[in-house]
Amino acid sequence: MKIRNIVLASVIAAASAGAFAQAKEQFFPGLPYRTGAYAPNGVPWANGYSDYLKLVNAKGGINGVKIIYEECETAYDTARGVECYERLKGKHGGATVFQPLSTGITFALTEKAPGDKIPLITAGYGRSESQDGTIFKWNFPLVGTYWLAADVLVQTIAKKEGGLDKLKGKKITLVYHDSPYGKEPISLLQERAAMHGFNLQLLPVAHPGVDQKATWLQIRQAKPDYVLLWGWGVMNSTALKEAQATGYPRDKMYGVWWSGAEPDVKDVGEGAKGYNAATMQHGAEPNSKVVKDILAMVHDKGQGTGPKEEVGQVLYMRGAMSAMLAVEGVRRAQERFGKGKWVTGEQARWGYENLALDQKKLDALGFAGVMRPVSTSCADHMGSNWARVHTWDGKKWNFSSDWLQADEQVLKPLVKKTAAKYAEDHKLTARTPADCQS
Amino acid sequence: MFYRENGQFKTTYRADQQIFPIAQDRWAMLLIIAAAFVLVPMLSSGYMFRAILIPFLIMSLAALGVNILVGYCGQISLGSGAFMAVGAYAAFNFFVRVPGMPLLLALVLGGLCASAFGILFGLPSLRVKGLYLAVATLAAQFFSDWMFLRIKWFTHDAPSGSVSVSGLQVFGIPIESPMSKYLLCLSILAVLALLSKNLVRGAIGREWMAIRDMDVAASVIGIRPMYAKLTAFAVSSFIVGVAGALWGFIYLASWEPAAFSVDLSFKLLFMVIIGGMGSIMGAFFGAGFIVILPIFLNQFLPVLGQLVGIEVSTAGISHAELIIFGSLIVWFLIVEPHGLAKLWSTGKQKLRLWPFPH
Repeated sequence: MKIRNIVLASVIAAASAGAFAQAKEQFFPGLPYRTGAYAPNGVPWANGYSDYLKLVNAKGGINGVKIIYEECETAYDTARGVECYERLKGKHGGATVFQPLSTGITFALTEKAPGDKIPLITAGYGRSESQDGTIFKWNFPLVGTYWLAADVLVQTIAKKEGGLDKLKGKKITLVYHDSPYGKEPISLLQERAAMHGFNLQLLPVAHPGVDQKATWLQIRQAKPDYVLLWGWGVMNSTALKEAQATGYPRDKMYGVWWSGAEPDVKDVGEGAKGYNAATMQHGAEPNSKVVKDILAMVHDKGQGTGPKEEVGQVLYMRGAMSAMLAVEGVRRAQERFGKGKWVTGEQARWGYENLALDQKKLDALGFAGVMRPVSTSCADHMGSNWARVHTWDGKKWNFSSDWLQADEQVLKPLVKKTAAKYAEDHKLTARTPADCQS
Repeated sequence: MFYRENGQFKTTYRADQQIFPIAQDRWAMLLIIAAAFVLVPMLSSGYMFRAILIPFLIMSLAALGVNILVGYCGQISLGSGAFMAVGAYAAFNFFVRVPGMPLLLALVLGGLCASAFGILFGLPSLRVKGLYLAVATLAAQFFSDWMFLRIKWFTHDAPSGSVSVSGLQVFGIPIESPMSKYLLCLSILAVLALLSKNLVRGAIGREWMAIRDMDVAASVIGIRPMYAKLTAFAVSSFIVGVAGALWGFIYLASWEPAAFSVDLSFKLLFMVIIGGMGSIMGAFFGAGFIVILPIFLNQFLPVLGQLVGIEVSTAGISHAELIIFGSLIVWFLIVEPHGLAKLWSTGKQKLRLWPFPH
């Protein structure tokens, strides 16, 4: 009897699973890290990502097409991330888009995605040169790269000094996580240093970054005018505590967006007051409409992924925004390939390449005040080169700058040069204009 | 009943010195190899190849290399990750910098560079032993981390320090599909496993084992410790280096030094300890245990949770996986301290008496 019940149940389950597959729901896989050394930063991002997808479903899906979301924990391990990618890419009729959330996994998947015809969104991280869509057909570093962040931070410092020409002779120190992630901004900063004649000092910190005594001793000796922080996880709070201990003014420290969220500063609290960080079109906006929608339609229904307090925090917003870009790409693809229809990864790629999110659309989505319009093209997979800087006041992050635009004159040649080198190493040819139309 | 050597008479020394003197073993091994080459490619899916079989084969190869050093020669090493890294980066540099470099040659050259690196960091083994040597080899790990992060030349001046390869082919056959990658790894593994099995059976292997069991006694009977230890380092690092190059080229395709971190060194040592020290078979068991079991647990736990009606969170699964995996390691080591390979040989021993045990 019991065995028969089990058999019956499994047959029904299999049948209903089959029926779901026929309904063709859009599958968004997730590769978060909710465990391991970087979990404090990974969890809010993943919760924001998952909550936003739930919100889209609660609002009726993408023109009626519902979303399935499934996670596979990577713990920020590249080998594990590759396994997760292989596991999820074929599920539920095929993955729409991957967001690897790790520089190492991004690099590994960049080699695999073209073969599988699945686009990669690396919003704000990953390979900076993948902005060049003529060579990186499947990579989308939407709304920002590390080069953009570095450029905006240099501009912010220049503004504080009273102009780019005032940077001459200044000393700027980069304290970075010793990994591809931390090294990304170096080539741009060197370019800028040569242009404006400031002195760039590079201080790597070994993973995971709890031991920075020697680094800050060097800073105390060199007395740089500004410190840029490219840290991550526990490295950020350690750096801020060391800065406090050595008496380095926190208001002369500027972090990248991975160094500028609540988990990075809340242990230091008052000690981090005045510390600044770049935000790439995200940031704590607890009063924006999307936050209210998520609270009302997801959390109040008891379906929230994480604790309620974190909704609207910096990295949570980053996750929600990344999810929004992923969803809007599919919506854009539906405009071409059939409204209310399921789209393949290849079709979704077209959507990401032709994103046109103007202010009106952003307002309708509830992102008014959170971000600026995004429009991508074949040549530009980034879509927007604006960013803001926010400052920690001891309790929360407040925006302390206007929207700043990265200097294309600096960024573009660097992107072209590095992408061309990648193409040469991989024997790739740039996409033709005809291919761009497809 | 079936597994018994009654009636198999050996009339020549040659027959007595075979790798598998018992006919059943010989047949079973040939069948396994044939199945791995023919049956598995016919039955496996892309996921199976890319996420399970290829990492399993490459890690088996690496564990095999480490086993030669740790299991056969008794030199505990925590630098295996570094030897893999040297193999991978050396092969990468040969492959990228020399135009028209064939893949197989690049892999072998990578292995040879790892071998040289291994000999260099094996030198302390002439003076220090046991745990002290483990600490000394750890230096190799930190040195390689530093070298590949700092010296730009090794990473072909990539701005982020991450390297990648593409356009792989062997004798004109492109290594693109998961099956071709699998077959390439399998062929290399089969050749190197056969080679090392013969090495450990031969004079040099006996020297290694003599050194392992008691180095003073070994030198008294005329074995040169320096020669024996350094050859073990060289052979082991060569195999580990080739495995590292495969890990980078075939499995990851793009990698950073963190892919060969100290974690990997520990994992490889665990593979050898759990699989069985001083056993070629043990390397395969150990790699299977460390590579496949966590992935299996990760996929099996949510299904189990659904059966009893619990939705397990992603973090919950990940934590449960670590807990179960850790306790299994402890359990296996208590039940069978000589590793899974010992279970295998006990099983074979039992099978000989079956069905009439005395």
